[in-house]
Amino acid sequence: MSGVHATARITAVPDGRGGTALPELAGEGPIALRRTRSADERAARVTVVGAMTAPLGGDRLAVHVTAAPGAVLHVDAAAATVALPGRGGERARYEVRLTVGEDAELHWLPEPLIAAEGSDLLMTTTAELAPGARLVLREEQILGRAGERPGRLTTRLTVRIGGRPLLDQELSFGPGAAGWAGPAVLHTYRAAGQLLVVDPAFEEKPAEARVPVRDAEQGESVLTPLAGPAALLTAVAPDGLCLRRLLSASVAP
Amino acid sequence: MNRAALLLLADGRFPAGGHAHSGGAEAAVTAGRITGPGTLEDFCRGRVHTTGLVAAALAAAAAAGADPLALDEAADARTPSPALRQTARRLGRQMMRAARTAWPSPGLDALATARPRGAHQPVVLGVTARSAGLTPPDAAHAAAYEAVTGPATAAVRLLSLDPFAVTAVLARLAPDLDEVAARAADAAHRCLTEGTGALPAASAPLLDVYAEAHAGRPVRLFAS
Repeated sequence: MSGVHATARITAVPDGRGGTALPELAGEGPIALRRTRSADERAARVTVVGAMTAPLGGDRLAVHVTAAPGAVLHVDAAAATVALPGRGGERARYEVRLTVGEDAELHWLPEPLIAAEGSDLLMTTTAELAPGARLVLREEQILGRAGERPGRLTTRLTVRIGGRPLLDQELSFGPGAAGWAGPAVLHTYRAAGQLLVVDPAFEEKPAEARVPVRDAEQGESVLTPLAGPAALLTAVAPDGLCLRRLLSASVAP
Repeated sequence: MNRAALLLLADGRFPAGGHAHSGGAEAAVTAGRITGPGTLEDFCRGRVHTTGLVAAALAAAAAAGADPLALDEAADARTPSPALRQTARRLGRQMMRAARTAWPSPGLDALATARPRGAHQPVVLGVTARSAGLTPPDAAHAAAYEAVTGPATAAVRLLSLDPFAVTAVLARLAPDLDEVAARAADAAHRCLTEGTGALPAASAPLLDVYAEAHAGRPVRLFAS
């Protein structure tokens, strides 16, 4: 086995004064964590800082995040993550595990994941929510850096509430994945992303499905109410900037 | 071996209502992205390896005897578009009617009772296959086949394509269908011990965009 094995951990709990404390904030290997200033008084904010370029082929990286009941945690990142080829051509793995307790709120808003030419990454994001938990989650995938062909990228997003499946989506792009560049999946777009909002308020008032933008130059998106208290904004775009613009639309209940 | 039942189940003339649906092909034609046999083939290849794979795995798992209600919930989680969830349930209800007449069984009755407004069509397809004495790989093949024949038949009508050329497209896709069915059957087998999380969740963002755009259109030839 070659490559870096590292697991970073964040645990947020209510601090008893209306705010949120971070009893565990432990970066490891290429994943460094910084507590940063939050605009929201209730929230603790953590910024993931890539201390070195990762993941390379063969790496196994993980981030485990827990927002205990009542905690409010915002996690963002300082820069995009670039998947690069390793020496032996092995696949890299990146696992994100999010746990959100009752009445807790987690915003997981990393910067884009860029699949550089020749890279091979399997990224899995699993969110386990207690009933009544809130989650705001954004994922952005960009296929190749400017002017290069995409690497191989598979991302799976699984969200459960109280152990029951709410959302399960896998995207697979690049060499060896079949059909992704066709008109059913990405067409000529090279960036894809999702913004998921889980909020108990959607129980009473589900989001209304809509197709906000239909301009192929800028990309396309669709807002869909899920079969549960959540709304999903799905977008595809020619590049990361257009994608971010589409994913900046409001999805709040 | 129960080959004739498989032919009957996969036949486009099986009265399960599929002919009214284009599997996103009409919206892709409207968007100018299916224009002929070449782009139809690209569309179908993308569809069968994404939502087709998911449908095939759900069908195979139901045929293998996995809990159809857990599969129905797994299908919901894999279908973010409400228009597609509605379509899947409507088609499931129609297939249920035909299936209970053709191959009556307690399994079909139980599912019809638990989901009176229709379970997701691949789940019904799988329970039907089980009732007809078919295997999980059979059910996977039927679902994968349907994932491409629906759009292909619709494209012939929408674009007046040469039916021979479209049949050649389907023939070229046959190895993809076999591959998808094999992966689906394998996942279905793991689903029996690991639960529905073992089932594939391959998604196609543009199919979701098309489905909601199409549902909002006043004039259309196909329901989806």
